[in-house]
Amino acid sequence: MTETSKIQVESLNLFYGEHQALFDVQLGIEPHSITALIGPSGCGKSTFLRTLNRMNDLIDSVRITGRVLVDGEDIYSPDTDVVSLRKRVGMVFQRPNPFPMSIYDNIAYGPRIHGIRKKAALDEIVERSLRQAVLWDEAKDRLNKSALGLSGGQQQRLCIARLLAVEPDVLLMDEPTSALDPISTLKVEELTGQLKEQYTIIIVTHNMQQAARISDTTAFFLNGYLVESSDTEKMFQTPSDKRTEDYITGRFG
Amino acid sequence: MSVISERQGRQAEQSGGARSTAWSKRQARQDRLMRSLFIGSAVLVSVVIFSIIVFVGFQGSKTFRDVSVVEFFFSTKWSPSADSPSFGALPFLYSTILLAGLSILLAVPLALSGAIFMAMIAPRWIREIMRPATDLFVGIPSVVYGLIGLTVIVPFLGKTFHGSSSAGYGILPAAIVLAVMVMPTILSVSEDALRSLPGALREASLALGATRWQTIWRVLLPAARPGILTGVILGLGRAIGETMAVFMVIGNAPVVPKSLLDSTTVLTTAIVKDMANTFFNTPWNNALYLMALVLLLLSLFLILLIRFVAGRSEVK
Amino acid sequence: MKKTHSRLTDRIATVYFWLAGLAIIGILGWVLYDILSKGLPQLSWHFITGKPSEVSAGGGVGPMLFNSFYILFLSLIFSLPVGIGAGIYLAVYARKSRFSDLVRLSVEALASVPSIVFGLFGALLFVSWFGWKISIVSGAATLSLLNLPVLVRVTEESLRSVPSSYWEASLALGSSRWQTIRKVLLPSAMPGLITGVTLVAGRALGETAVLIYTAGTAASRHFPDFGLKEMGATLAVHLWYSGSSSLAPDARQIAQGSSALLVLIVLIFNLAIAIPGRIIQKRLTGGK
Repeated sequence: MTETSKIQVESLNLFYGEHQALFDVQLGIEPHSITALIGPSGCGKSTFLRTLNRMNDLIDSVRITGRVLVDGEDIYSPDTDVVSLRKRVGMVFQRPNPFPMSIYDNIAYGPRIHGIRKKAALDEIVERSLRQAVLWDEAKDRLNKSALGLSGGQQQRLCIARLLAVEPDVLLMDEPTSALDPISTLKVEELTGQLKEQYTIIIVTHNMQQAARISDTTAFFLNGYLVESSDTEKMFQTPSDKRTEDYITGRFG
Repeated sequence: MSVISERQGRQAEQSGGARSTAWSKRQARQDRLMRSLFIGSAVLVSVVIFSIIVFVGFQGSKTFRDVSVVEFFFSTKWSPSADSPSFGALPFLYSTILLAGLSILLAVPLALSGAIFMAMIAPRWIREIMRPATDLFVGIPSVVYGLIGLTVIVPFLGKTFHGSSSAGYGILPAAIVLAVMVMPTILSVSEDALRSLPGALREASLALGATRWQTIWRVLLPAARPGILTGVILGLGRAIGETMAVFMVIGNAPVVPKSLLDSTTVLTTAIVKDMANTFFNTPWNNALYLMALVLLLLSLFLILLIRFVAGRSEVK
Repeated sequence: MKKTHSRLTDRIATVYFWLAGLAIIGILGWVLYDILSKGLPQLSWHFITGKPSEVSAGGGVGPMLFNSFYILFLSLIFSLPVGIGAGIYLAVYARKSRFSDLVRLSVEALASVPSIVFGLFGALLFVSWFGWKISIVSGAATLSLLNLPVLVRVTEESLRSVPSSYWEASLALGSSRWQTIRKVLLPSAMPGLITGVTLVAGRALGETAVLIYTAGTAASRHFPDFGLKEMGATLAVHLWYSGSSSLAPDARQIAQGSSALLVLIVLIFNLAIAIPGRIIQKRLTGGK
């Protein structure tokens, strides 16, 4: 954690009612980096990810202590505007979830709800986002066709494009390739690597090879605790904690 | 639940072994017998609806022996018991459409808003109470609603608009009564449609920075449109086919209404009103069957419309 | 600023929807209040069991109440087996064929037929052609046609909600389809079936247009009269009759009382039977 961290998490605890799911998590995320969150099922990595854009608010019984600072401001303070937070910190989900609308309308959804109405401006944003998501060539002739007609991998890249259209700073990705075939997975990983130049990316994955392939920093979660986080190469070659080593070498999980 | 093939069923039976062959054979016989019974029941159901259409249609078409098609559908003169009787059913057709349209117009906005409220906005405990309550109201008999219309709404409208409590009959009270009657139906079907949308839709929208209202208006309502339309059409069907509640408040004069508070008649109430006065196989009686046929065809058309609308759902 | 604009609309929308929800609760509550406040005072023992009177005050609805249940019971004798049978066919035996499509369409079509058309058909078929005249049995037969599609649908849905693992496990143990239906499916689907039949009964008790010209608007002089050939005015029919054409001076009050009584019966049916039934069903099928 440094003074210039994009995101700073301090002493974060999360409770589902009486049950505690995250224990005293401290983590710093550097701008323009890719951070991978790894760990066995149920370890809390997705829950942690969702605290960064307050998507956990959608669950009734969730309670949080600690601070989450984005660009130096605590996003859990009472006068945070959640709507604009989510514009800045966007999320891609495990299963692609395009709206049952045309490809164009899917991408234009974000800009439209934030007030952009002129067709020329929307056209430009749609094209730019699709190019950034490496989907433009495949989609440009079917912009007005339903997004549900795309393949799984294309749909996921559409969801990424949809997210990019609102011009966030941070991209949260919750196991974005676990529902995709290997070829689409590779395409999305390539895309992620390209996006790093403009965005800060945090990706949850249960695939360790993926984490090793694409991330700069890796954080290992176990049973709600952040066990270790460090430079990816170092983590995979010489982990400091025995539990990390056991997980990485496949002894459990 | 999947359908198990007969072959699988028989294989399962045969795996019992030689010792139980007699038992298995009897079971197999029983099985075949019951299967025929079940198929027979299904056939019987089809026979029933088919015979209704045929009988009513046949009787109704006899009308055209004495009355021209033009007169029935386009003349507004309905005096079947006069010396030279006329059978113009246009007032009934007109009022039926007017009444059904007005009822839906009154019911849908409230029902849809209520559905959105219950599915998206209300805290869980409110919904847990409201849902069974609205379902209950679907089960209240129509005559009960009719009585309320007669004892409360008609006098109220009469006093408000005509200064006397005896003149409040007409399409307006009937529409109000029908709107209250069909509103729970439209509400519950729409609410089901909204709740069965995948949660991922709402999440995706919120994660892009949309407000709750934007999510409802731009994503959820359009996605639930087939289900909502189905509910509206069901409500429409109920409004068109309702007899007794309407009968009590609409006035029952066989004329085209000039205002919403003029006494008039719709297809259903025309049948109910005149049935006792007619003899079988007379033109008057046949005309009533023809009106019943029109109602029947309207309802069947609405069913097909629902199938069409529901089939266009895109959301997985 | 655009951001506050969408927040403002969101807040206005929230207020609007709360108002809509309260309006609905208000309307439904007021309906219930009107029925019960005007009708409950009428409900005396004499009212519930006494005989009606044509022209003088003080008539009761005893025979009508009896007829309501009697006609319902008789109608279920026909419609239950046929309805459940067709429902079993659709849920268990039907394959994607033109016949099964036809059956489904028939059920939907039958469910959409307006009740007055049933009444007309019943008057034609049972009262005239079968020669049963306006009687309890004519009314029951016509009512059974009305009940049929709902029973089919309810049966099919209840059977489909039984987890397919029960069905597969039973067949894998070597039982025939009928045995499985009888011993596994139907018992598991029973709560749903009971709920459905209760709802059908509730609806049938309120039917009027179907019965006016098949069971009549007057009731037998003897009480209780099980004779099938007697006139069989039900409570709902009597409500309508008192509300519109009766000559008795207290016709209005009789109508209100009948109204409250009918609603109470429907309420009791729903609360006492249908709701616990739904809860049991959820538990039996693993909380689906």
